[in-house]
Amino acid sequence: MDTSLFIAIATMGGLGFIFAGGLALADKKLRVEENPLIGKINELLPGANCGACGKAGCYDFATNITEGKSAANGCPVGGDETAIEIAEMMGVESSSTQKMLPRILCKGGHAEAVKKMTEYYGPISCSSMHIVSGGDKKCFYGCLGGSDCVNACPFNAIIMNDNGIPEIIEEICTGCGMCVKSCPRNIIEMHPSDRQFFVFCKNEDDPKTSKDVCAVSCLGCGICARKSDGGVDMHGFLGVVNYEKFDESKIPFDKCRTGAIAKIN
Amino acid sequence: MELVLIFFSAAIVNNFVLSYFLGICPFIGVSNKLSSAFSMGMATTFVMVITAIVSWLIYHLILVPFDLEFLQYVAFILVIASLVQFVEMFIKKVSQPLYRALGIFLPLITTNCAILGLALFLVLRDYSFVESVIYGVGAGAGFTLAISIMAGIREELDLADIPKAFQGAPITLVVAGILALAFMGFSGML
Repeated sequence: MDTSLFIAIATMGGLGFIFAGGLALADKKLRVEENPLIGKINELLPGANCGACGKAGCYDFATNITEGKSAANGCPVGGDETAIEIAEMMGVESSSTQKMLPRILCKGGHAEAVKKMTEYYGPISCSSMHIVSGGDKKCFYGCLGGSDCVNACPFNAIIMNDNGIPEIIEEICTGCGMCVKSCPRNIIEMHPSDRQFFVFCKNEDDPKTSKDVCAVSCLGCGICARKSDGGVDMHGFLGVVNYEKFDESKIPFDKCRTGAIAKIN
Repeated sequence: MELVLIFFSAAIVNNFVLSYFLGICPFIGVSNKLSSAFSMGMATTFVMVITAIVSWLIYHLILVPFDLEFLQYVAFILVIASLVQFVEMFIKKVSQPLYRALGIFLPLITTNCAILGLALFLVLRDYSFVESVIYGVGAGAGFTLAISIMAGIREELDLADIPKAFQGAPITLVVAGILALAFMGFSGML
């Protein structure tokens, strides 16, 4: 009994020693030199591997930071705290992370949008309405009011108001972007939270058509584009704010006849 | 002829994944892209072949002479764990993208039951050294075949119109089940 125990221990110990030696040798030969900062930064990150930074995961993001390809504040989940810690480690200044908020770029609720002659009977969901007949509004670009974004929001940060247009409760919203994906008409867009004005319309039709379907549509008159020195571009008959070039003082909010281009609140 | 039979038996008729249901974890986990699935198959095959060689040597040259057969589990796990460590280092050195694509499933080859299963089958069936090596190659080939077929189907599934309730894991498990049924058609051929 005693001898077999002894032999067993010796055998396993010997085997373990041989393998350990082999691995140590292999480690010498195959070691990949890595920037030790990568590991340290990786520890600071949330480790959710969510991909919100646009990289393949936290480790990849950390690698990109050390190579100077990503900014220290690139992790929206970690927020300011993480950004400052990483910036300290990298020895760079960090500007605070910009919170992104979804904006619903349609104001054509029950009161404004013109209804079709026919009525829509079917599942009350934007995706169904969009596929079948485009809902009961005449506008082919606007909000369907089917609450797909309300249902998609994991934080209950979207409510449907009485006018049939969803509203975002900014205090609860985390900026995850689920609502953007849920909207079949691409009305919801993510914007930095300090962006104050938008063109609240997606209707690209000519002035007469867009006027006929909704009281608050962008007619495509182009007055905002002419007055703002390139602050607004015309995409067909739809004004699109060029957020890189605009000068807010030059944008003629009062000249817009339908109020499609407007400040929030 | 005997060797050819062993190879095809391990690779197709008694496929480790689809007949014995060993190694399901990477089979489901890494089979969403054909290229990384094939690499996973290759890594597993490498570990299987070396495991077959080393564990045969350890069993017949060390454990049997010293009457230590009861240590086979521990010894085999030791072999497998060291080999996987080695493969991990090797892949990290050779291909960083592959290292990241395989992710957690690479170190998890250690606990892949297909490999421990292989080592234990060798002992159970009393294979000779050459037979063991062929058996390891066959088992690896079978694993690669299964995971590659699965990955090919899953790449097509990405484009298919799947009911919402079945999207993701459920349809993958359904496909795995049908694949296993299809491989049952081979049983009794050898």
